[in-house]
Amino acid sequence: MKDSRNSSPFTPDLFRELYRIRRVEEEIARVYPTDKIKSPVHLSIGQEAVAVAVCRQLRPDDVVFLSYRSHAGYLAKGGDLRAMVAELYGKSTGCAKGKGGSMHLVDAARGVMGASAVVGTTIPHAVGYAYALKIRREKRIVVSFFGDGATDEGVFDESLNFAALKRLPIVFVCENNSYAIHTHQRQRHFVANIAERARVRGIAAEVVEDDLSSLLARTEDAVASVRAGDGPRFLECLTYRWKEHVGPGDDFHLGYRTRDEAEPWYARDAVRLAGEAIPDDERRAIADDVEREIAEAFAFAERSPFPAPEELMTDVFAETRG
Amino acid sequence: MRTISYVDAIREATDLEMARDESVILFGLDVDDPKAIQGTTRGLPEKYGAARVFGTPLSEDAMTGVAIGMAMAGLRPIHVHIRMDFVLLCMNQLINIAAKAHYMYGGQVRVPLVVRSMIGRSWGQGAQHSQGLYSFFMHVPGLKVVAPTNPHDAKGTLIAAIRDGNPVMYVEHRFLHFQKGPVPEESYVVEPGRARVLNEGRDVTIVGISQALVESMRAARYLESVGVSAEVIDPIWLAPLDLDTIVRSVEKTGALCVVDNGWTTCGAGAEIVSRVIEQIGAIRPIRVLRLGFAAATCPPTPSLEEHFYPNGRSIAAAVYDLVSGAPKGWMPVERPELAEIEFRGPF
Repeated sequence: MKDSRNSSPFTPDLFRELYRIRRVEEEIARVYPTDKIKSPVHLSIGQEAVAVAVCRQLRPDDVVFLSYRSHAGYLAKGGDLRAMVAELYGKSTGCAKGKGGSMHLVDAARGVMGASAVVGTTIPHAVGYAYALKIRREKRIVVSFFGDGATDEGVFDESLNFAALKRLPIVFVCENNSYAIHTHQRQRHFVANIAERARVRGIAAEVVEDDLSSLLARTEDAVASVRAGDGPRFLECLTYRWKEHVGPGDDFHLGYRTRDEAEPWYARDAVRLAGEAIPDDERRAIADDVEREIAEAFAFAERSPFPAPEELMTDVFAETRG
Repeated sequence: MRTISYVDAIREATDLEMARDESVILFGLDVDDPKAIQGTTRGLPEKYGAARVFGTPLSEDAMTGVAIGMAMAGLRPIHVHIRMDFVLLCMNQLINIAAKAHYMYGGQVRVPLVVRSMIGRSWGQGAQHSQGLYSFFMHVPGLKVVAPTNPHDAKGTLIAAIRDGNPVMYVEHRFLHFQKGPVPEESYVVEPGRARVLNEGRDVTIVGISQALVESMRAARYLESVGVSAEVIDPIWLAPLDLDTIVRSVEKTGALCVVDNGWTTCGAGAEIVSRVIEQIGAIRPIRVLRLGFAAATCPPTPSLEEHFYPNGRSIAAAVYDLVSGAPKGWMPVERPELAEIEFRGPF
């Protein structure tokens, strides 16, 4: 167990994870206009720190459920990079064999149980999974990732209530980037109190600022508490989506937000800060490694075949085992 | 063989499966309350404990998602709804996730889930306690749909549904709950995709869905009196549908009437008729007819409700016209001895 009081949390490993996710998505954005990627992409650029901080506290057999903005969560939890890129390319080697796309990433062996395009939809799945772990007395825990838009949905409140009622081993992580597509939270909520809504349901909840040290400390605390059997925890993590809702570009031209609003978030960029905290030569070596891995993953996707036509009708039903 | 009720058959199937497989778990609004879902869950909370049998908050949407998450974790949840109308609150989870998870997650995830729901009728059930919405689910690949009509099949299909690797919509009609019939004591399955011919006949094939099957059997008795021999088929499973059994019958009779416990437009009857015509319509002429709810909202008052549902006499009259090829204006005189259903309100 690392001791965050005495040693810097800004390890080379932390930089590697953050930088790797950033660069994967930058590469997706670069390739996107070529139309080789056959799936709409909702990039996590700017939001990597939340997924990385949470997943660093998890064990390989813990489980996460994701939203459609899921690349960061998938990679942070250990989801296979090659299978992810191939999925975006619609190839048969993709994590869902080309049948899911960017919005339905999955890697069950690594505890990535699936992402959904319908906002808020996976929150109860995480709760149900946690229920199964609890009644089987397993030590594993579940994390539910969702955005602030999901908290507008009725299923959010219903799910929190049931998780609190049954004292389930689950961490709810709201990645609050202020926007549901182009609509700000202040246009959707009379009171900006997402964490408070969890608290009134009986779940210990807090707002976590956009700061890597705070994120690491608060996620460590929350995960330890849930793993100890103390019931669900809720983290409202403040973050910011740098790119447009869907697609690879900026969207300041749309006029719903300004570059001025974004500047403070750019200035706090966790990827850059984590890099600056380690020696130059280590940073360069990590960057080289990451570039090689990404190049290889995209080459793998390029050379992989598309699914054969007969794949259309497989996996409609699962086999029934006696 | 011993005789038990449809309700007891459901309870017995659940009990046997819960004893056999500890991953089976049962929940829904009121499953552990004193009425025990008409008795179908009676004794199970005490026997299996609150972790495996529990009443839920009034959160149908989230609890459907919870059931899906449980299934992804390896449990076999049975989610119970006292009315099928309430399943409309669960549609996002059922259609967008339960039906699709295995496919869109590339086979990595399975959702073995049973959703039990009841169709109400009579004694003022009215607009939102009476809907038979199974055709909604037949429309979507990845879901199985079953509507057993007798205690034997209630038990065997529920066991099959619980053991299935996929989401299964298990539809019960409240009138059928009171049916009694022979049911083996041991465990058995009534497998998906197999219909049953209940009454052999030469002149017309009548397919009756859910409680409409009982009315269709009555219709067959009325039709005997005018010399029409009706073959009555219980499809049991609507998805997958045993089309072969229906087609074989229609090849013989040349006429098909599907009596639905739902509206006819875009209904199960429309689907069954279409598929039969696609298969043999080019080979031989067939006469077809769909019967079902009147195209109105179900009214609670008996004077209107009486005309909302097809019944044995109205089915017989319509089928007689179908077979005759012309409106005959015949309506059989009611025979009280055919009202073998033991339903009694109020409830």
